[in-house]
Amino acid sequence: MTVMKYGQAIDAALGEAMARDDRVVTWGEDVRLIHRDLLARFGPDRVSDTSISESAFLYAGVGAAMGGLRPVVEIMLIDFLAVAWSAIANAASKYRDFSGGSWEVPLVVRAGCGGWYGDGGQHEQTLWGQLSAYPNINVVCPSTPADAAGLMLAAVESDEVVVFLEHQLLSEQWMDYLAGGRRPTVSFAHLVPPDGAEGDVPLPLEPLPLGRAALRRQGSDVVLVSLGVGAHRCLEAAQVLAESGIEASVLDLRSVYPLDTDALLDQARGTGRLVVVDEDYVRGGLSGEIAARLLEAGVAPKYARVAVEGTIPFAPHLEYAALPNAERIVTAVKALE
Amino acid sequence: MGVPPGFDAASAYRAMVRMRLTEEALVQAWADGLVPGEYHSGIGEEGINAGVLAHLDGRDSMALDHRNTSPLIGRGTDLTSLMLEVMGSEDGLNRGRAGHMHLMDPGIPATADGIVGSSGPLAVGQAIANGRLHPGRIAVAFHGEGAMNQGMLMESYSMAVAWNLPVLFVCKDNKWSITTYSAEVTGGDLVERARSFGLAVEKVGGDRVEDVHRAAGRLIARARRGRGPGFLHAGCHRPGGHFEGDPIVRLLRNPRGQAEEWGPPLIQSARTKSGGNRSDHVAAVTVLTKRGARAARDYAVRARMDPVRHGRRLLEPSAAERIEATERLEVEQAMTEARAAIGPRATFGATGGTR
Repeated sequence: MTVMKYGQAIDAALGEAMARDDRVVTWGEDVRLIHRDLLARFGPDRVSDTSISESAFLYAGVGAAMGGLRPVVEIMLIDFLAVAWSAIANAASKYRDFSGGSWEVPLVVRAGCGGWYGDGGQHEQTLWGQLSAYPNINVVCPSTPADAAGLMLAAVESDEVVVFLEHQLLSEQWMDYLAGGRRPTVSFAHLVPPDGAEGDVPLPLEPLPLGRAALRRQGSDVVLVSLGVGAHRCLEAAQVLAESGIEASVLDLRSVYPLDTDALLDQARGTGRLVVVDEDYVRGGLSGEIAARLLEAGVAPKYARVAVEGTIPFAPHLEYAALPNAERIVTAVKALE
Repeated sequence: MGVPPGFDAASAYRAMVRMRLTEEALVQAWADGLVPGEYHSGIGEEGINAGVLAHLDGRDSMALDHRNTSPLIGRGTDLTSLMLEVMGSEDGLNRGRAGHMHLMDPGIPATADGIVGSSGPLAVGQAIANGRLHPGRIAVAFHGEGAMNQGMLMESYSMAVAWNLPVLFVCKDNKWSITTYSAEVTGGDLVERARSFGLAVEKVGGDRVEDVHRAAGRLIARARRGRGPGFLHAGCHRPGGHFEGDPIVRLLRNPRGQAEEWGPPLIQSARTKSGGNRSDHVAAVTVLTKRGARAARDYAVRARMDPVRHGRRLLEPSAAERIEATERLEVEQAMTEARAAIGPRATFGATGGTR
């Protein structure tokens, strides 16, 4: 067991995967500087900077994966993946099926996602709902360093496409790079969940199977379902609810796809109330998918969702109000009776 | 070369001073914790902005990138309103919804977008609309050299030529793609690339506003007459780095401090047994030191390319001083007003805003 920061844990896991398997390489914008420790360990042949050409270098990742490598292609922020959407929508998700199941695409797409640090509507999206809509695409977003390491190792070892989303608010690398974390005049301490940004990581590093939710808190009255920073916001809300005598479970999905339906059903049956807390758009995404899974299984708990309903505003107080904060979660739970 | 016909050194200098002072005021506001998120300043691009903007009339369109503050100011966007937006106020230009990367001024009309390369296709669309609705108006796309590796920008060059659109693509070449040296990740020569698309091409030093003015004037006049799109390549310098807090600028400003922070984990990584061989480690060190050396050299050499200082030399000192005094007063007033509206801000989040 050792204490690691979130970004450090991801790089440690990627380093471990690169050490175990020569076919693992990584490329993306500025990766040699941002992940300079991986560069120092493995050299520039395996850690490559790209031009600002997302559509080309992500599609190239698909080609390289099918050519025998196990590329970890970094899209700086998931918002920028929209520039390269065809590589997901038409290629990475399709080629296994087009080959009649005979050709795997062992690609990892690594990207920052998420908000709370004041970067506006083009740099703070998560897009995990849309990404998980396509066949053969797995989507994960860890909420702790331990999960981050385990999921990265599993992602690289998987023969399938995995979109590995690292939440920017939890990542010391992204907070330093994007949020001007070094400004002594700004503190993010009240926004960054401490257990998410830094924590124990079990050694030796082991892969954490995709699609297994973690129960972060046990309660009998309601289950709060989320992932990434949302899982921490749920824990904050659960503490507040406990003061009013409402005991909440908190289920951290860790993966948007595969979705741990068994854990969802279990909790929904046990508590009879379920609130999805989703740092993605309310339409066409995870919250609707969860509702559908419950109904398909004949389970109909009281249900609510706290999600992003429009463009994430830039002004910090508007941004905070637009994201699924603890106050919104508490209000939604109380409205369920 | 001399001064081109129609070039007014005083108004060019006034525009550049206004841009520089506003950028400096916003950089300071960022350092003081009043600007959320990132801030990409346009310091070093004033010669390009002022030289191009001088040819635009009241309703020509602009598609801007992440360094959009200066072109907006040059077209007359209200200073206080812009500052409030960048600081995240609901009283700002875009009601606090945009922030500095996505400023929108329909009155110009001008859009700004943080997705690299998107200004190209947006300007193409603006030109199509102008062609149908406002013949004679042109559209200008501002982008960097890094953006020229983005597919949509190259596609928009081709489209502009094929459709013979009144567009000017302005490439502000500061040699850096975010924090990667552009030449390391770029194939071919950018000016030749633009020419091969069929664009009319001019190449200038962006620190010389009169040269930018001359070259932009030729391309804009051509486009306005319906003779097709142009491409202006202008070299420049970004003394503030990609954005405020840029790690490479940190390295240059405080080499020892940064080395103390980056060094030990780098050495530990290189020594990890399960890793590359010796030549990999040597190559890695070469990559990093080369980048640092390039940055140091660029910053030393290009620091002399200050467009504002050059523009000042085109004027009598007393005339320059008068311009500086009036612009400083206006910018300071706007910033004082904006800071008063924002109030102290030590944090972001629920309590981090105004109204």
